Amino acid sequence: MDALFYTLHDFLLHSKSITYMMMGAVLIGLLLFWLFLSGRDEKKRTF
Amino acid sequence: MPQETAQVNKSIFTPFNVIAGMIIFCGLIITVLRFTGGLGAVTNLDDNNPWGIWIGFDLLCGVALAAGGYVTSASCYIFGLKRFHSAVRPAILTAFLGYALVVMALHYDVGRPWRLPYPIFLSPGTTSLLFEVGLCVFLYLTVLFIEFSPAALEWLGLKKIRNLVVRLTLVLTIFGVILSTLHQSSLGALYMIAPSKLHPLWYSGYLPVFFFVSSVFAGLSMVIFEGSLAHRHLHHKMDETHLEESAGVALGFGKAAAFVMMGYVGVKFIGIAMDNNWHYLATGWGLWFLLELIGFVVVPAFMYAIAARDRNLRLVRWASILAVLGVVLNRLNISVVAFNWHLPSADRYFPSWMEIAISLFIVTIGVVVYRFVTTRMPIFYEHPDYEH
Amino acid sequence: MGISRRQFLGWLGAAGAGATAVSRAEAASNKQFDGYPGSFGILHDTTRCIGCRKCEEACNKVNELPAPEQPFDDLSVLDKTRRTRSDVFTVVNQFQKEDSQLPVFVKKQCNHCLEPACASACFVRALRKVKTGAVIYDESLCVGCRYCMVACPFNIPAYEYNEAITPRVTKCTMCHPRIEKGLLPGCVESCPKEALAFGTRERLLKTARRRIQKYPNAYIDHIYGEQEMGGTSWLTISGTHFSEIGMREDLGTQTASSFTAGPLAAVPVVVALWPVLLTGIYAISKRKDKIADEERIHAVAQTVADANEEMQVKLAKMKDSMAKEKEAAINLEVKRALEEAAKEAAESQQASEEAGSETPKEEK
Ligand code: SF4
Ligand code: SF4
Ligand code: SF4
Repeated sequence: MDALFYTLHDFLLHSKSITYMMMGAVLIGLLLFWLFLSGRDEKKRTF
Repeated sequence: MPQETAQVNKSIFTPFNVIAGMIIFCGLIITVLRFTGGLGAVTNLDDNNPWGIWIGFDLLCGVALAAGGYVTSASCYIFGLKRFHSAVRPAILTAFLGYALVVMALHYDVGRPWRLPYPIFLSPGTTSLLFEVGLCVFLYLTVLFIEFSPAALEWLGLKKIRNLVVRLTLVLTIFGVILSTLHQSSLGALYMIAPSKLHPLWYSGYLPVFFFVSSVFAGLSMVIFEGSLAHRHLHHKMDETHLEESAGVALGFGKAAAFVMMGYVGVKFIGIAMDNNWHYLATGWGLWFLLELIGFVVVPAFMYAIAARDRNLRLVRWASILAVLGVVLNRLNISVVAFNWHLPSADRYFPSWMEIAISLFIVTIGVVVYRFVTTRMPIFYEHPDYEH
Repeated sequence: MGISRRQFLGWLGAAGAGATAVSRAEAASNKQFDGYPGSFGILHDTTRCIGCRKCEEACNKVNELPAPEQPFDDLSVLDKTRRTRSDVFTVVNQFQKEDSQLPVFVKKQCNHCLEPACASACFVRALRKVKTGAVIYDESLCVGCRYCMVACPFNIPAYEYNEAITPRVTKCTMCHPRIEKGLLPGCVESCPKEALAFGTRERLLKTARRRIQKYPNAYIDHIYGEQEMGGTSWLTISGTHFSEIGMREDLGTQTASSFTAGPLAAVPVVVALWPVLLTGIYAISKRKDKIADEERIHAVAQTVADANEEMQVKLAKMKDSMAKEKEAAINLEVKRALEEAAKEAAESQQASEEAGSETPKEEK
């Protein structure tokens, strides 16, 4: 991978683009994990 | 029972309709001018002042005043303050309309509006705070649309989809709060790239914090303000629950706003202390700054406080007007008044009447659509088929 | 300091070689960014500038801009301080010093920042710093939001406000297309006084320093653009304080990206932690509701239970008393029955004595 940057701007552009994608992943991940975490509670509550 | 429209025999030439019609007519003409002659034909913008009131008022104030949506739904669904439930729908509706109009206003302001999807889909400039704002506004508008859709679906009688959407409420609310936190604060952060242009009293490393905190009380005040307007004009559309809860909503929100506002005043002064800008307070700019902060934040905060203690509904409503004006003043100060403060007065910007007319035009469209929706869809009352 | 074409092409080659050499040395570092190695710049020496506006003319020509209202040899234009416009990429301004008769002329154009504020602000990457040192603009991406104009600390980019369909942001390109072709920037080429010099930025810095050292009385000991806003490719030296010739001295040395780094860094943190916080608050409020609910249910159950018990006691008492009453009644009954029976018996005895039959007993 070409991870060589001559300007701070290019570096930020690269790292922020990845960060933005991470944000999406983190959001979805947290949602799924919460569903997993509280999966049993739900059952208990409904019966 | 409130399903039927009340204006049966009324003539369509009510004062409201006539004025609104005139403004919309003017707006349409200016719209044609704008898109055939370019920005130069209708605005006073120039190379030194690239952003005028279409950004300062339509975007900054529009977004701040539409904060009622996330504030109300968060207090009801996340903080569990169920007694505010009847305030959620009107707040979501205004927020949705507000954001839709902000996006509409942006189409006037940017040079090539058909390229507005570019930053998100074609060539994201992720180092820009404007990218952050754009992405969040786009996503939040979608969220608001989904949050609002149950009212429309109930009106249309689509039960199944409606129930599905309602089940998503919590996720949507949390997502909405995240997005709102981000873009409300990023709107302030937009100006952080230009420390050399914004007056030091308004420029601060805390700009995003200021914008976020002020959006909270802007949203709360706006809910109160709209509530009082709606009470005067749409009373017949409200059901028992709404009428019963509305006084509690106004007083509760006023109390919350008062405290948030005081926190805001505190953090504003901390901002001055951080940059050691005290000496500016003794200048003309300082007086203007203090007027904004004391006259339009501290005063309404105390009005709210007194009103909450005395359970005085009228005072809460007056305070909300002052607080809303204060937020508008703050946004205009940052985007127009204190921006480019170092330039000689000949190079400063003042909006043209057509810019003001377009801003009015957009607000008017908002009011008209709001009336259309609230007189038809279950906003101020619960749909008889879906009461819980 | 004239530059021959051969010399110039030599630099181009050197710049390329320099680029590869440095890239290896710094490949591992993502902490410090020194810009494109060997990139070009332009040095403007205001002490040499005579305000002839030849550079303006050349710029107008090489960029194929519309002819101005007043011709370029009309120097009365200099009476007013001007800024760059959508059809004027560079202007020469005249400043009158108080203590001398001679005016100072300063050329103004995009400074081609090493870390351009405009590029950092652009949300579609329409502005870029490139290898040659130029900051260039891509019209095909620009949305026309004009945030770059808000961001530029030198107030350089201009906008075609009167264009309805295809308005562009315009600014000096450092003649990037010409540099790529091996040509000098138009303004540099046309300057009759060598007030403009083209070369690699490092070299120009050295030249500037040499001049300042050699004529310390003629120059202010400062190279404008060496540090301003993190450094610019366009450098200016002057015999007058820069703030007196329309160049801001209060911009500081921080790059534009550093102003927005904080809020940008906060964004992902909010995205990752807000859901945790908000879900937490939700769970707590829900739990509270649940506990309140349970307490209420419990309380109701308690009252019901209490009520039941009381009822039981009452019932028992009632039963008791009823039983007693009944007993009493039965006793009475029995007594009466017995008496009756006795009486009857006596009667029947009498009767049986007559008929010899049994007495029928009444059941209750
Ligand atoms: S001077 Fe302004 S327009 Fe030129 S590169 Fe720097 S920030 Fe961009
Ligand atoms: S006006 Fe064009 S170049 Fe400037 S920031 Fe907006 S999209 Fe980028
Ligand atoms: S470098 Fe080219 S575009 Fe820039 S001022 Fe000189 S001639 Fe004009």
